Amino acid sequence: MAEVKELVKELVDKYGRERKNLLPVLQGIHLETNYLSKEAMLEVAKQMDLSAAEIYGTASFYSFLDTKADGKYKIRVCKSITCEMAGKSEIIRTLEDMLKVKVGETTEGKRFSLLETNCLGLCDQGPAMLINEEFYTQLTPAKVRKILGEYIRNKY
Amino acid sequence: MSNIKLRKVDVIFSPYSVAPYEILKNAMKRSKDEVVQELIDSGLRGRGGAGFPTGLKWKFAKQQESDQKYVICNADEGEPGTFKDRKLLVEVPRKVISGMAICAWAVGASKGYIYLRREYRYLVSHIEEELELYHKFAKEAGLDFKIEIFMGAGAYICGEETALIESMEGRRGEPRNKPPFPIKNGYLGKPTVVNNVETFASATMVCRMGADEYKKLGTDDQRGSKLFSISGDSPKKGVHELELGMSLEDFANEFGDGDTKAVQVGGVAGFCIPKKQFKTTIIGEGNTTGGSTMIFNSTRSMYNVLHNYLDFFAEESCGQCTPCRVGTQQLLKGIEAVKSKKKPPEYLDQLVKLAETMRLTSKCGLGQSVTNSFSSIVKNFREEMIY
Repeated sequence: MAEVKELVKELVDKYGRERKNLLPVLQGIHLETNYLSKEAMLEVAKQMDLSAAEIYGTASFYSFLDTKADGKYKIRVCKSITCEMAGKSEIIRTLEDMLKVKVGETTEGKRFSLLETNCLGLCDQGPAMLINEEFYTQLTPAKVRKILGEYIRNKY
Repeated sequence: MSNIKLRKVDVIFSPYSVAPYEILKNAMKRSKDEVVQELIDSGLRGRGGAGFPTGLKWKFAKQQESDQKYVICNADEGEPGTFKDRKLLVEVPRKVISGMAICAWAVGASKGYIYLRREYRYLVSHIEEELELYHKFAKEAGLDFKIEIFMGAGAYICGEETALIESMEGRRGEPRNKPPFPIKNGYLGKPTVVNNVETFASATMVCRMGADEYKKLGTDDQRGSKLFSISGDSPKKGVHELELGMSLEDFANEFGDGDTKAVQVGGVAGFCIPKKQFKTTIIGEGNTTGGSTMIFNSTRSMYNVLHNYLDFFAEESCGQCTPCRVGTQQLLKGIEAVKSKKKPPEYLDQLVKLAETMRLTSKCGLGQSVTNSFSSIVKNFREEMIY
């Protein structure tokens, strides 16, 4: 746990101890550890002098802050109406087949999490998805197989 | 009601002026009151969706006495069907930053933030490069206004300005009661101007063109040009800049696929207009819009459309006030019950009343506007809800 303590200290030193810096601190932890562990949140509470409930309450509000460990790669498929009209369901089916998980689940070994998300702002190029920070548009099952194949072969 | 012919214009995406921040520099040579008055005269309204007159907002912020004021650019573009702010930040970020700086200079703010939605994190390095250029200019020009990016963390409701501020203060993005408005009591309790990305870019263009030239575009009710994010059943999907004041009929003829059954104007928080009302609907009149327009052709089930919207609202409701938290879920369950014949068709009328109640009793725009799309779809496509 010494590592978490160090990381939190580093971030709190960088951004400041005031409450207004809570989101940047949580996001900093998330970037390093891929989620917010209970230990990390408790450490933030301690170092920023806030109650642990406040930290968890804030973190759990936001869809890009995870409070439990899941996949290294988070696949977020846009489920807004225009992406749905452009064939989102087929994209989800392809991903489910390839990863052998359902939406909301994580593959064994915690490599991929398959999620649906609200509008990604790529409505003119749907169906669209994000894999971590990368975005992919005008998806077809064939295109998805190619993209995911590259991730699976660990190109990244 | 007056409408004009549909006309594509090239104001917001027009090329930059010769030197970077020339418009800002010129604005700073004038008096602050003069620049704010120019904005008021231009008739520019907020481009995020609520449509508050931009110049007035700046004027009120300018009148506040405070040791610190803030200017925030709302780039939490989360309304389904909207993607113009992304394009603006990619293609003409300097106009957005200029608008922020002109605002800050006029109202007396020394600190600014671009609240960028988490989904757009890939834009950070690009915007930071632009900010570097801006800060260099500001230093030379002696303008004391610094801008930082603040990353959102994924929440539709944070596009509501007080929820955005809560989020920046390190809390859950739950909207505040208004008044007080942010121009009085905003970020960290200080006077704060929150404007949409497109509003700042448009403000820059008002300063470049002058109010007289700018307001030649549009109608008495709505001045200027506006970016429309067009998606759905359209062969011309994308961002189009149009002069304000055209009828939906012209719009559907231009952007539809010839088989348009309905257009959702203003995102899911806006209205769903059926074909029979295209002629009499002027886009933006009585239904101010952020520019999201989703086009549906006759192959689309309006039940599926509404179901998708309600699923969205139920998920994105912040949960703080009961009408919205419970109402969104009950509307969703309600249309499912009617569709599966567990409830009679008349139950839809009760649901419309519930949606109306949400308009009256919800704390913020999210819960208040659910009834816009709900009632317009249920009333105009009732058979599709039942069978």
